[in-house]
Amino acid sequence: MFQILEKTMLCPTIAEIVVEAPRVAKAALPGQFLIIRDEEKGERIPLTISDSDPARGTVTIVIQLIGASSHNMVERFSVGDSYADVVGPLGNPSDFVTMAPEELARQRYVFIAGGLGTAPVYPQAKWLYEHGAAVDVIIGARTQDLLIYTDKLASACDNLYLCTDDGSVGFKGVGTAKLEALVAEGVKYTRCVAIGPMIMMKFATLTCVKLGIPVIVSMNSLMVDGTGMCGACRVSVGGKTRFSCVDGPEFDGALIDWDEAMRRSRQYKPEETAAMDSYGK
Amino acid sequence: MANRIPRVPVREQDPKVRAHNFEEVSFGYNKEEAMLEASRCLHCKNPLCVTGCPVNINIPDFIAEVLAGNFDAAAGVIARDSSLPAVCGRVCPQETQCEGKCILGVKGEPVAIGKLERFVADWQHGVPGTGASAPAASKAVVAPANGHKVAVIGSGPAGLACASDLAKWGYEVHVFEALHKAGGVLAYGIPEFRLPKDDVLQKEIDEVTALGVKIETDVVVGRTALIDSLLDDEGYEAVFVGTGAGLPRFMGIPGENLNGVFSANEFLTRNNLMKAFRSDYRTPIHAGVKCCVVGGGNVAMDAARTALRLGAETTIVYRRGESELPARKEEVHHAREEGIRFELLTNPVEIIGDENGCVTGMKCIRMELGEPDASGRRSPVEIPGSEFMVECDTVIMALGTSPNPLIAQTTPGLERSKRGGLVADEAGATTRPGIFAGGDAVTGAATVILAMGAGRKAATAIDEYIKGR
Repeated sequence: MFQILEKTMLCPTIAEIVVEAPRVAKAALPGQFLIIRDEEKGERIPLTISDSDPARGTVTIVIQLIGASSHNMVERFSVGDSYADVVGPLGNPSDFVTMAPEELARQRYVFIAGGLGTAPVYPQAKWLYEHGAAVDVIIGARTQDLLIYTDKLASACDNLYLCTDDGSVGFKGVGTAKLEALVAEGVKYTRCVAIGPMIMMKFATLTCVKLGIPVIVSMNSLMVDGTGMCGACRVSVGGKTRFSCVDGPEFDGALIDWDEAMRRSRQYKPEETAAMDSYGK
Repeated sequence: MANRIPRVPVREQDPKVRAHNFEEVSFGYNKEEAMLEASRCLHCKNPLCVTGCPVNINIPDFIAEVLAGNFDAAAGVIARDSSLPAVCGRVCPQETQCEGKCILGVKGEPVAIGKLERFVADWQHGVPGTGASAPAASKAVVAPANGHKVAVIGSGPAGLACASDLAKWGYEVHVFEALHKAGGVLAYGIPEFRLPKDDVLQKEIDEVTALGVKIETDVVVGRTALIDSLLDDEGYEAVFVGTGAGLPRFMGIPGENLNGVFSANEFLTRNNLMKAFRSDYRTPIHAGVKCCVVGGGNVAMDAARTALRLGAETTIVYRRGESELPARKEEVHHAREEGIRFELLTNPVEIIGDENGCVTGMKCIRMELGEPDASGRRSPVEIPGSEFMVECDTVIMALGTSPNPLIAQTTPGLERSKRGGLVADEAGATTRPGIFAGGDAVTGAATVILAMGAGRKAATAIDEYIKGR
């Protein structure tokens, strides 16, 4: 079980891995995530699900090489190897999966995807597009080489907009600036979903609030078990403490205490830095 | 007279040494000590100890076998009623159960029933310190397969007890565990220094799987699979829900989401399940320099003693007094010996942080005990104007847990009580036929042995339900 069937580097720092996990593949819905522990001594790492194939019994995950654990998971495991554990799907599915068809037909969604956040946008955009909603997707990255899933998303939405900070491809600027430009041109969105680094989701929220567009974000909080047990992933939503793993991961972005969320995500920074410094030594 | 000798003390690691390691605190009895302690039992005609045991182990019988040196036979007596004796001998609150009822306890010290139970189980497992030369064969008797399939959700004490009984009666039992290791709270909650994982817990779990029970880890029922899909698509005729009470409670005071505030569940899971105390495991843990643990139960003691071992100067803050501490007496005693400070009759009112959002201290208030409340315990009342600051850089909240709502939310017809637990009768039957429940998932946080008792009762009810179909 949990054998790695495919491994592709989407760019120098992002890997896509297709892993066997039949139960997860069968149950996964857009918006949910999973946890992988690569080996006995590894951490339990929450990761977004970027695709699932119930017939083949596989799920696709996308991992950014940041710390010791993500490096280990990508660099020390090859096609044919198996991870110790893959558990999921965790969290609640996106709320649109329970929307009535006539309601879906009235929606015009805009996704703002930042960096790695592009991967979990794909199953959501695809689901909505296949179920009759209008879908635009804005992908942002620092530079052209770091854009991922552009081909996949091009066939899963009405309009795909690429943005780069350096202008190497598409719109020069951040995703929120592109959204403002589109709204200024007269495009009317009923809903925005922003997925990416917390700082990006914070600014996407501020922009959406200004533009009067309801905004949903997907919280990538620190967590251990992912089943509600540890409380490490607590996040203040509308002044109440919520757990990302069981109450989320998606919340109304306008209600989130972003400064607290960003501070909490740095909780183990010294330990993470030390682990990365000693990785491979 | 045999009953005149004092209770045989158990050898323990020196407190100064063990405060810096995760090795087990108590070495347990060896053969000679166990036989000597067994000689203190009066073999009462009407043994009250048995009534004090939630699974009614025939205590005088097993002690008689220990006295005679028949340790295998003693294990056989215990195995009739308990599938986790090495665990229970270590973690049961004996002082309020079997030993609390022992006649010898009226004028002196009760028989050390827990230590004797642990000795018998360790002897069975071939633990060298007992004097055993090799592990003995399992004493459990398994009936021929009866062709019926039962699913058990959760591999903690309730689930393992239920699964063991059903397997012994010939059922095909499949246990689904959400985490990557079996054992539930025994694996993620109770630390190594109180319950060694590889040498004790895993061996008891191996005995359960030796009965034919299959354990599938990494399955979160309610997410990975639904109870209804287990019943309708996977061919299980009944389901036992033993998912425990896993959701941590917080106080709701200002500053609780500052960096450096953890639930005891998070802290202990990182340490016990993920083995963060070992440098070769990658999960980080942050005990800090000065740590405050809020709460007075076993979990608070476990968290405090773990933080201490990780190098933090540790204080337990509890709103009631010494005699109200809900933890096992032995744990409180061990914690004090190891150098944990106690701020009793004290309650936090606010956690203070610096400009980076990291904990720097905790504002507390002194309490006094008022009138007894509905539970019979005297409720603590704040003493006005008695606020003071405790300096600390980590705070661990050990305030108890509540049942996880996931199963109830994803299983139509399964009712929950006001306190969040599943509604189940004495026998474990829920509001849906074929679905049974027991342990903390029903009662809220309680003890290992009560959960085992509930698992066993539900096994009987499941057997009757399937035979009556």
